[in-house]
Amino acid sequence: MNDITPFTSRDWDSQPNYIDSGYKSTTLRGPTQPLVKIPTTLTEVTGPVFTPARATDLDADLTRNGRVNGEPLGERIIVTGRVLDEMGRPVRNSLVEVWQANSTGRYVHKVDQHDAPLDPNFYGAGRCATDENGVYRFKTIKPGAYPWGNHFNAWRPNHIHFSLFGAGIASRLVTQMYFPGDPLIPLDPIAQATPGEPLERLISKFSLDVTEEGYALGYVFDIVLRGPNATPMED
Amino acid sequence: MAGNNMLKQTPSQTVGPYFAYGLTPTQYGYSQLDSLVAPATPEEDTPGERITVIGQVLDGAGKPVDDAMIEIWQADAEGRYAHPSDPRGSNSPFQGFGRCGTGPDPMNRFRFDTIKPGAVEDGHAPHIAVLVFMRGMLLHAYTRLYFSDERDANAKDPVLSAVPADRRDTLIAQREETPSGTVYRFDIRMQGDKETVFFDV
Ligand SMILES: [Fe+3]
Repeated sequence: MNDITPFTSRDWDSQPNYIDSGYKSTTLRGPTQPLVKIPTTLTEVTGPVFTPARATDLDADLTRNGRVNGEPLGERIIVTGRVLDEMGRPVRNSLVEVWQANSTGRYVHKVDQHDAPLDPNFYGAGRCATDENGVYRFKTIKPGAYPWGNHFNAWRPNHIHFSLFGAGIASRLVTQMYFPGDPLIPLDPIAQATPGEPLERLISKFSLDVTEEGYALGYVFDIVLRGPNATPMED
Repeated sequence: MAGNNMLKQTPSQTVGPYFAYGLTPTQYGYSQLDSLVAPATPEEDTPGERITVIGQVLDGAGKPVDDAMIEIWQADAEGRYAHPSDPRGSNSPFQGFGRCGTGPDPMNRFRFDTIKPGAVEDGHAPHIAVLVFMRGMLLHAYTRLYFSDERDANAKDPVLSAVPADRRDTLIAQREETPSGTVYRFDIRMQGDKETVFFDV
């Protein structure tokens, strides 16, 4: 198996450090030893293949998939974008999973203790598969900000959690999408773990083209994953 | 490298404390969404030796982490991946991927009931890729599980050989025969003297 095309390397200028003095939980949880560089084998360039049909249309509509006796409260939004690799190739038929707080900033998760109301008609998680052009699309409710215990008066900016797979297990990515103009972003240690231009890539863009007349505002969030390097490695 | 035309990678962010109802809903008892990914992966008719991989994730204070999520990726019993980049294909219905949170278990263990993978190619030892996600990690960690009963193959493996000799033990899952079957114990230590080796792949 000598014809493996390695993936583009992890871009350490774009990725956070394991130990980050601003984000206190990293202190005991981030690895402290340098990562060991290893040769690429078939293990890293392969990964799970999901059948797109296993994610239904309802799974991608968070305004509907948690309804019990009415509509969820809050501002309806559409979140869409393309999943590409660094060479600009679309990542096709790939699973995109999202989870988020409701409009009050409360998660359905049992351990969320924030004193804000649950919405009986909002679950807050969904998934879809990218299409032939790498496009994904969700309908949801704009998540609220919520407090957390990192430091005094700490609040997470509005955000949606994203999980992505890409071409192989080495391209796996879990990240968070933010909203333009959020005043909490400059104060948030998690967002600021990749400050400057890389952080701009985590902030969605408002789009009037995606916005639907009389229904919901639209936001675009494109995602770039590692993928097969176009040219063979020279070593 | 293609140079300046390349797009820039999206930065990683922590999975946070609240992933379970989205990523592992069935395991955590959320009924609104079915898990697409189960912790137990093989079907009845998947060929191969049944094994259980079990372990804890320990933080820098030696405390088991109760909100970690572990993912595994592995070959089938004949060392083939169910993925188009493996030209051999896999003849079994085995997908090779699993996901398990450490919250529900009373000892905060992750557990995978799977099959023992075969060697992917000559000179490589059987292994399972392991990804570690948790609150307090801005970027997941990538490691590999090797098997304690594969001593000769482990000695030749090119990835294990890239690891300093005194740290290789952190990647070896210890085989135990129990009344309920073969168990490999694989604890993941984030920090400390026996910090697990994590890879830059
Ligand atoms: Fe969150």
